[in-house]
Amino acid sequence: MTQVNYFLTEEQQMIVDLARQIAVEKIIPVRAELDREEKFPREIMRDLAQADLFGLYIPEEYGGLARGCFENCLAVEQLAYGCIAVTTTFAASALGGYPILLFGSDEQKARYLPDIASGRRLVAFGLTEANAGSDAARIQTTAVEDGDYWVINGTKQWITSGGEADIYTIIAMTDRKKGARGATAFILEKGDPGFGFGKKERKMGLMASSTRELLFNDCRIPKERILGRRGQGFILAMKTLDLARPGIGAIGVGLAQAALDEAVKYARQRIQFDQPIISFQAIQHMLADMATRIEASRALVYSIARTIDAGARDVAKLSAMAKVFATDTAMQVTTDAVQILGGYGYMKDYPVEKMMRDAKVLQIYEGTNQIMRNIIGKALNKEYAKK
Amino acid sequence: MNIVVCIKQVPDAQSVHFDTEKGTLVRGEAEAIINPFDLHALEAGIQMRDSYGGEVVVLTMGPPQAEDALREALGLGADRGILLSDRAFAGADTLATTYTLAKAIDRLGPVDLVLCGRQAIDGDTAQVGPGLATRLGIPCVTSVSTLEVLDDRKTMHLRRVCEEGYDLIEVEMPALLTVVASLNTPRLPSLKGKIRARKAEIPVWDAQELGAEPGRVGLVGSPTQVVSTSVPKFEARREMLEGSPEGQVEALVARLKEAGIL
Ligand SMILES: Cc1cc2nc3c(=O)[nH]c(=O)nc-3n(C[C@H](O)[C@H](O)[C@@H](O)COP(=O)(O)OP(=O)(O)OC[C@H]3O[C@@H](n4cnc5c(N)ncnc54)[C@H](O)[C@@H]3O)c2cc1C
Ligand SMILES: Cc1cc2nc3c(=O)[nH]c(=O)nc-3n(C[C@H](O)[C@H](O)[C@H](O)COP(=O)(O)OP(=O)(O)OC[C@H]3O[C@@H](n4cnc5c(N)ncnc54)[C@H](O)[C@@H]3O)c2cc1C
Repeated sequence: MTQVNYFLTEEQQMIVDLARQIAVEKIIPVRAELDREEKFPREIMRDLAQADLFGLYIPEEYGGLARGCFENCLAVEQLAYGCIAVTTTFAASALGGYPILLFGSDEQKARYLPDIASGRRLVAFGLTEANAGSDAARIQTTAVEDGDYWVINGTKQWITSGGEADIYTIIAMTDRKKGARGATAFILEKGDPGFGFGKKERKMGLMASSTRELLFNDCRIPKERILGRRGQGFILAMKTLDLARPGIGAIGVGLAQAALDEAVKYARQRIQFDQPIISFQAIQHMLADMATRIEASRALVYSIARTIDAGARDVAKLSAMAKVFATDTAMQVTTDAVQILGGYGYMKDYPVEKMMRDAKVLQIYEGTNQIMRNIIGKALNKEYAKK
Repeated sequence: MNIVVCIKQVPDAQSVHFDTEKGTLVRGEAEAIINPFDLHALEAGIQMRDSYGGEVVVLTMGPPQAEDALREALGLGADRGILLSDRAFAGADTLATTYTLAKAIDRLGPVDLVLCGRQAIDGDTAQVGPGLATRLGIPCVTSVSTLEVLDDRKTMHLRRVCEEGYDLIEVEMPALLTVVASLNTPRLPSLKGKIRARKAEIPVWDAQELGAEPGRVGLVGSPTQVVSTSVPKFEARREMLEGSPEGQVEALVARLKEAGIL
């Protein structure tokens, strides 16, 4: 049967094949164990590093492959076909790395990007706090200038790869009175004095990804660790998320595809009332909707990622669309996959149980899907005001 | 360290069929892969190169499409690939194959280490490694499962698997080793490697280039003649014994005696 032609170049197809090979050979065989034991996927990170995937979006002069958002989407989609907890760990490194690429000084880029591109050091991105989730402007972590140093105090919450990453890009308030314009980004390194890690969260899913607090207790870092200019913190965070969100959409596509594959395979072999359950129209229609939504999500994510790579500015709306549609699809599809497997789907013996638990986070992190709709709605209001 | 890895392109065992009527392999639709043992030989070569410097050259004798196997090896980290291809090479048995491979290795200049798989999963003779070592006049250790290079970078300590255990062997380079799967875990390809491999020039050496004597390559140079091949047939018969346990035991013993097993 003909598949949609996304006109991938030979090199893009290589990325897909390689990421799929890693998912099949390295991730799928261990994903249940990683999930059960909440184990950080260190070895798989080494495999991804060896395959050069951490450097996809990083310029060649820093050891990367100088590809873009689209190639990143292609890679995470395939990895997510294996396990989205592993993929989240991989993707978080890009989320933490983009700010350095976008706003870093030449010295900062030369110092950090080669290690990020080679996967020698993992990165985390720290914005969220206990009292500041969607309303990120309310963060309370502060950074105060003290001679040649910045002194940071506060606590970040739910930071992916907290404790495991070596480099952290974080946002702190430098001028509280200025509100959102008073935030500034900094680069932290594991081992900086006064920088520690709090409790590891116990979660519904995404078990192999470490989600932890970052603790700053009179943490002193050299002045040159400021990332971008003072007061640019939120712009930096928003630009970073604009680039990263299509990737979350792509993770949704890969996860949903994996759930569909399991559901169709099962529906073809499960016999009830003397026939395979796929012969029931109720099941067929569910599968048909799943498959159609997945393809629509993929087409949306790919075309938006390509638009971003073509140099479009002001992509907040598009990037929110890619995230919201594909991750709502992933939630729906994984839920339906469990339904199609019935009681077996609810058991840990089949992978769809984990897929459904994991899917939920895609609608929450990197901006909730309500916030995505706010972004799209606001953009529409603005666009139509001009017409 | 100059390392040569010999690889053979073979049909993927999972996609190959045997035509029982004709007694031949149906290779048409079979996907071609690198002989699995050879991936372990390549991994060993790459690890040695990474530890001691030098280069890894992959060599294969085969039809033009065997170039794919060389590109795959380059994607995994080999430095250069050379394809030995000529219509005259077709139909080679192990004698002609080792002659051709030896000619190519001579042409490459001094070599420290030649690595082969223990056997090819299609031809299965396991003769190419030892035959090649004989032609090159270097020691050969087969079925190597562990490998350690000593500080002098010349002496190797090896384990050779044998039927009931293993031998510990000390050998000096230059040498030829054939390796088994437990030696290492072959790495995944890297993107940079694959991109480089796609663009790499792969020289093709033919009989003339090698200065090979026409009578010693391919079918002409192969005294082996495959007269016929057949698939062994396994016929399983099944019979359910009924009755009391004692009766069943008696019946079973009788059957085993009949079959000459007891
Ligand atoms: C059904 C069948 C039966 C055959 N029977 C015989 C026979 O009885 N006698 C005979 O001499 N030949 C026979 N051949 C031919 C034989 O398979 C090959 O042509 C022979 O040259 C290689 O031997 P092999 O495949 O057994 O390799 P092996 O000796 O098993 O291979 C060991 C290693 O040598 C290296 N190597 C092998 N071939 C190459 C190559 N072309 N290029 C680079 N490296 C290589 C690889 O590292 C490989 O892992 C037969 C072929 C078939 C298909
Ligand atoms: C597993 C995991 C990993 C994470 N990793 C990171 C990380 O690496 N770095 C990081 O900085 N953060 C991370 N986060 C935090 C994540 O980005 C936040 O959870 C998210 O932004 C939402 O914030 P919140 O949870 O505080 O929800 P809240 O903001 O409290 O929202 C609660 C509910 O109210 C809704 N809501 C809030 N405001 C509005 C509004 N204006 N209109 C409509 N509805 C609204 C939300 O959609 C949601 O349904 C992670 C979270 C999780 C669960």
